[in-house]
Amino acid sequence: MISQSVLLTIVLAPLVACLLAGIGGKVIGRVGAHTVTIAGVAISFGLSAYVLKLLLDGAPVVNETVYTWLVSDNIRMEVGFLIDNLSAMMMTVVTFVSLCVHVYTIGYMKDDPGYQRFFSYISLFTFSMLMLVMSNNFLQLFFGWEAVGVVSYLLIGFWYTRPSAIFANLKAFLVNRVGDFGFVLGIAGIAYYTGSIDYATVFAARDAIAANTMEIFPGVEWQAITVVCICLFIGAMGKSAQVPLHVWLPDSMEGPTPISALIHAATMVTAGIFMVARMSPLFEMSEAALSTVLVIGATTAFFMGLLGLVNNDIKRVVAYSTLSQLGYMTVALGVSAYAGALFHLMTHAFFKALLFLAAGSVIIGMHHEQDMRKMGGLKKYMPITYWTSAIGTLALIGFPGTSGFFSKDALIEAVHAAHIPGASYAFWCVTLGVFITAFYSFRLVFMTFHGPERFREVAHDAHSAHESTHVKTDKDAGHEPDVSHGDAHGHHAHDDHGHATAHATGHDDHGHHGPVEPHESPWVVTLPLILLAIPSLFIGAFTIGPMLFGDYFNGVLYVEEAHDTLGHVGESWHGPLQFIVHAFQAPTIYLAFAGWAAAWFLYIKRPDLPGVIAAKFSALYQLFAKKYFFDEIYQAVFARGSVGLGSALWRVGDVALIDGAAVNGSARVVGWLSGVMRRLQSGYLYHYAFAMIIGLSVLLAWYVLR
Amino acid sequence: MSTITWPILSVLIWLPIAGGVAMLALGDRGIALGRWIALITTAVTFGISTLLWTNFDTTTASMQFVEERTWIPLFNSLYALGVDGFAMPLIVLTAFITPLVVIAGWTVIEKKPAQYYAAFLILEGLMIGVFAALDAMLFYVLWEAMLIPMFIIIGIWGGPRRVYATIKFFLYTFLGSVLMLVSLIYMYLQTCDAGQCSYMIADFQRLPLGLNEQLFIFVAFLAAFAVKVPMWPVHTWLPDAHVEAPTGGSVILAAIMLKMGGYGFLRFSLPITPDASDTLDWLVISLSLIAVVYIGFVALVQQDMKKLIAYSSIAHMGFVTLGSFLTFELMRVNSGDMTGAAMGIDGAMVQMISHGLISGAMFFCVGVLYDRVHSREISSYGGVVNTMPVFAAFMVLFAMANSGLPATSGFVGEFLVILASFRADFWYAFLAGLTLILGAAYTLWLVKRVVFGPVANHHVAELKDVNGRELLVLGVLAIAVLGLGLWPAPLLDVMRPTVENLVQQITVSKL
Repeated sequence: MISQSVLLTIVLAPLVACLLAGIGGKVIGRVGAHTVTIAGVAISFGLSAYVLKLLLDGAPVVNETVYTWLVSDNIRMEVGFLIDNLSAMMMTVVTFVSLCVHVYTIGYMKDDPGYQRFFSYISLFTFSMLMLVMSNNFLQLFFGWEAVGVVSYLLIGFWYTRPSAIFANLKAFLVNRVGDFGFVLGIAGIAYYTGSIDYATVFAARDAIAANTMEIFPGVEWQAITVVCICLFIGAMGKSAQVPLHVWLPDSMEGPTPISALIHAATMVTAGIFMVARMSPLFEMSEAALSTVLVIGATTAFFMGLLGLVNNDIKRVVAYSTLSQLGYMTVALGVSAYAGALFHLMTHAFFKALLFLAAGSVIIGMHHEQDMRKMGGLKKYMPITYWTSAIGTLALIGFPGTSGFFSKDALIEAVHAAHIPGASYAFWCVTLGVFITAFYSFRLVFMTFHGPERFREVAHDAHSAHESTHVKTDKDAGHEPDVSHGDAHGHHAHDDHGHATAHATGHDDHGHHGPVEPHESPWVVTLPLILLAIPSLFIGAFTIGPMLFGDYFNGVLYVEEAHDTLGHVGESWHGPLQFIVHAFQAPTIYLAFAGWAAAWFLYIKRPDLPGVIAAKFSALYQLFAKKYFFDEIYQAVFARGSVGLGSALWRVGDVALIDGAAVNGSARVVGWLSGVMRRLQSGYLYHYAFAMIIGLSVLLAWYVLR
Repeated sequence: MSTITWPILSVLIWLPIAGGVAMLALGDRGIALGRWIALITTAVTFGISTLLWTNFDTTTASMQFVEERTWIPLFNSLYALGVDGFAMPLIVLTAFITPLVVIAGWTVIEKKPAQYYAAFLILEGLMIGVFAALDAMLFYVLWEAMLIPMFIIIGIWGGPRRVYATIKFFLYTFLGSVLMLVSLIYMYLQTCDAGQCSYMIADFQRLPLGLNEQLFIFVAFLAAFAVKVPMWPVHTWLPDAHVEAPTGGSVILAAIMLKMGGYGFLRFSLPITPDASDTLDWLVISLSLIAVVYIGFVALVQQDMKKLIAYSSIAHMGFVTLGSFLTFELMRVNSGDMTGAAMGIDGAMVQMISHGLISGAMFFCVGVLYDRVHSREISSYGGVVNTMPVFAAFMVLFAMANSGLPATSGFVGEFLVILASFRADFWYAFLAGLTLILGAAYTLWLVKRVVFGPVANHHVAELKDVNGRELLVLGVLAIAVLGLGLWPAPLLDVMRPTVENLVQQITVSKL
C-alpha cells in the first residue's frame, strides 16, 4: 500500500524547501538554501522511486482525495492524487532531473546575487510539476499547469534587469495563457457533459460526451467530444510549444541554463504530452481531434527542426531541437501511440536535459559566450562535457542502442502503421526530421567541440555585438559578499579561479577581454552530466519492452482497437536486439547517418560551404533565420493590434462617446438649457407681459379651433 | 439559531460610527491618540464580524441575527437588520478591509487626519448597514448616506482634478439611486394595496407584479446597480474617481462600494423582478461580456496605474453580473437541468469577495509607490524590484491573483463563472474566458514596466523597501488572497442555502 503521507511528503518537501530558501534566504545563506532545496528534492526523488517500486511490485493504484477545494452546484472540486504507473514514472523522472539540476545549479549560479531566489524557484517548480502529474482531477491539473507557467515566467525573467528577459517572460506567459484559455474551455466542456471534473468519473462518463453535439456556429453541428478534445489540446499546444503557439520557447532561453534544462526541455514542456496521454480515453473517441494533434505535431517536428539548422546560439539550437522533439511526441499522441509518446518523453527528458546542461557547461567554460561561431575545439579542454554531450547527441539522433533510438524508432514505426487522416504527411515529416535532427545536432557538436579554436580569434567588434545579451545583472555579484561560497566549494578551489575570471570578464568589463582559455566545469556541474548520460544511453533498452509492448501502461492508457498502431509495431517485437537489427531495414537510420555525414562535410571538411549555401539560397535562409516571421507577424497583429484596438476603444468609446458626448455632453446640454432659461428671466416687465399675451393667444386659439 | 443574543449587527454598524464621531470631537490635536482609536475601533469591529461567521447557521437561507424596531411609523418603515449568505461575507469583508485602510494611512495623511479617519469609520458603519438592512427604506437611506463620506474623502484628500471626479461620482450614483427610490415607493404602495403597508425587502420579493411593472422596476434598479458595479457604459466615473481618490478611498471604493451593485442585483433585481430579469437577461449578459472584453482592451493602454487597475476592476466585476444572470439562459437551453445556475451565483459572490481583496491589494501597492514618488504614471517607474524586492514580490503575487492564477482567490470566481456560462452558451464562456489572456496581458505588462527592468531613474534608485506597517497590510492581504484561493470551500458552504434559495425563487415566475 502507498500511504497518503508518503505522497504528501513527496509534494510538500520541495514546497517547504522553496519557502525556506525564498523567505528565509537571507537567514540561511547560500549554503543553507542549496542544502534545504536539494534535501527537499532528494526526499521527493527517493520517495517517488520508492512509490514506483511499490507499484511495480503490485501495489494497488492510489486514487484518493486530500481535501475538498469547494462544492458548487453539487460538483465537487477536490485536491487529490492519482498514483498509477504513469504518474509514478513522471514523478520519478521529474524529481530525478530536478535533483540533477539542483546540484548543477550550485556550480552554474555560484556567482549570482539571486542564488537563494533561484533555488527557491526551482523547488517551487518541482512542487508545481508534481502537483500536475499526481493530480486525479482537472482542477488540480490546471493548478499545476498554471503554477509551472508562473515559475517559468519568474525564471525566464530571472535576470530581471535584462530587457530581453522580461520581454521573453511576458511573451511566454501570454502565449501560454492563450493555450490555457482553450484548456479552461475544455475543462468547462467536460464539466458540462459529465457533471464532474474528476478523472475517473469523467472517463466513466465519456460516452455522455460522445453522444452530444455542439452548435457553436449556427447551422454547424460538431461532435462535443471533438470540441472538448481540441480545446484541451490547445492547452497542450501552449505548454508543449506546438505550432503556432511555439513562439515563446526559443525566447525562454533568456532564462538561466539550468532551468532551460529542467523546465524548457525535460519537464514542464512535456506537460502537454502528459496531459493528452492522461486523457487518452477522451481523445480516442474523436478521430478528428487525433488528426488535428497529428498534423500539428508533425508540422512542429519538421519545420521547427529546420530552424535549428541556421541558428548559431548554442542554447537556441537545443531549444529548436526541443520544439522538434515535442513535435515527435505529439505525433505519437496523434497516432494513438500514447505509450510511445510517453516513452519518448522519458528518454528525451534525460538526453535533452543532458544536452542543455552540457551546453550550460560550455557556456561557463567559454565565460558566458553562447555563440557557436566563437567556439570550436573545446573537446580538448572540456573532455567530460564533450563526451557526455556526444552521448546526448547520439541519443537525440537515434543512434542504434541509445535510449533515443528506441523511442524514436518505435514512434516512427507507429506513425507508419497509422491510417487516420494526416498520417502520411506526418510520416514524411518525422522521417525527414531524422535527417534534420542528425544534421543540426552534429553541427552543434562540430562547431563547438571540433575544428579550429575560433575563440582565440575573437575580434573585439564581433564580440561587443553580443555582449549586451550576456549582461546578467546591473549589480554585479561583486557587491554581494560571497561568504558562504568559500566553505561550500573549498574542495575544488582550482575551479573557482576560473570562475572569478569569468565573472570579472563577464560582468564588469564586457568585451574588453582577449582570447580566454576554456576550462572544464567543476564537479557539481559534471556530475549531473554523468548522471544524466547513464539513462540517456541505457534506459531505452531496458524499458522499451514493458513500456511499449508490455503491460506497464495497462489500465492507464486507453487505445481503441482500430487505432492500435503500437500493437501493430509490437507484432514484430522480439526484444531490443532484434529491434536494432530490424531498424537497419528501414530508411530512418540511414537518414540519421546521412545527417551526421552532411554535418561533418559542411562543418569539418568544407567549413567554407555553409556560407556559400546560405548566400545562394538567401531567401530560404532568411525565412529560417527569421523563424518563418512568426514573431514579426504576432508582434504586428496581436501585440500592436491589441494595443491599437484598446487605444481606439478607449479614445473613441470611453473618452469621446461616453464621456465626451454622453456625460459631459449632457452636462453641457443642461448648461445650455439653463442659459436659455436664464435669458427668459430678463427682469423686464414687458418681456413677461409679451410672453403672457403670446401664451393667452395660443391657449385661446387652441380652445377656439379644436 | 445563532447563540448570540445581543444585537450584533447594530453594534457593527454603530460602533465604527461612534468611533468616527469621537474622532471628530477629538480633532487633529489629539491625532496620536485618534489613530489608535480608529485602529482599535475598526479592529474590534472586525473581531465582532468574525463572530457573525463563526455563529452563522449554514443550513438555512433565512435571515439571521435579525433585529427589528419601529423606525418611521408614518409609513411603517422598520429598523430591521439581518444577514444571509450574501450579506454576511460582504460584511466581514468590509470589516476586514477598513482596519487595513486605517493602518495604510497611518503616517501618510497629513491634512486633517482626524476627519480623514472619521470619514472612513462612519463610512464603514454605513456600508455594513447597507448590507444588513432588511427594510428597503433603511437600505436606501444608508445607500445614499454612504455617498457623503466618500464624496468628502475624494473631495478633500483627493488629487488635483478631485472636484470634477467627485461631482461625476456623485451625479452618476445619485441619478441611478433616484430611479431606485421611485420604484421602492411604487412597491411600497403596492403592499399598501395588498393590505399591509411595508418597506420590508422580503415583502417586496413576495409582491405579485405584472411584467410591465417588473420591467419598469428592473430598469430602475439596473440604473442604480449598474452605475455602482459599474457596468459598461456607465462606468466612466470609476477611473476618474479612483485616480483622484487617496489610496484609502480607492481601496474602499474598489473593495466594497462596487460590491453594493452586485449585492443589489442579488437582493433586489433577481428576486423581486424574476420575469423582467428573464426578459432582459440578454442585456445584462451582453454588458457583462462587453465589460470583460472591451474594458480588458481599454485597460491595456492605460498610462496611469490607478486607471489601469480601475479598468481591471470593471472587467472583473463583469464576472459578477454575468454569473448572477445565467440562470434564465440555463432554464431556456438545458430543458429543466438547472445545474450551473447556483454555480454562476456562487462564482459571482466569490468573485466579489476576491475582487475586494485583490483590487484592494493592488491599490495599496500603487499607494506604496505613490507615497514615495508621488506619481501614478507607469512611465515614472521601472526596475522597482532592484530597490524594493519585498514590495516587488507582493506586487507580483497580487498581479498574478489579478490575472486569475489558480491558488489565488482571483481564480475561483472566474473559474466557476466560466464553467457555469459554458452550460448556458459556448460563446459566453469563450468571451468570458478571454479574461485569461487579457487580464494577464494588462496586469503583467504593468508589472513588467513598473517592477522589472533596470532602474529607470533616480526616484526609483532612491526607493526604500516597504516598512513594517506596509508589510503588515500587504502580508495580511496576501494571506487572505492565498487562503481563499487554496480553500474556498468554507465561503461556498456559508452561501449554499442562500444561493439555492435564490435560484429556487427566481426560477418561479411571478406572472
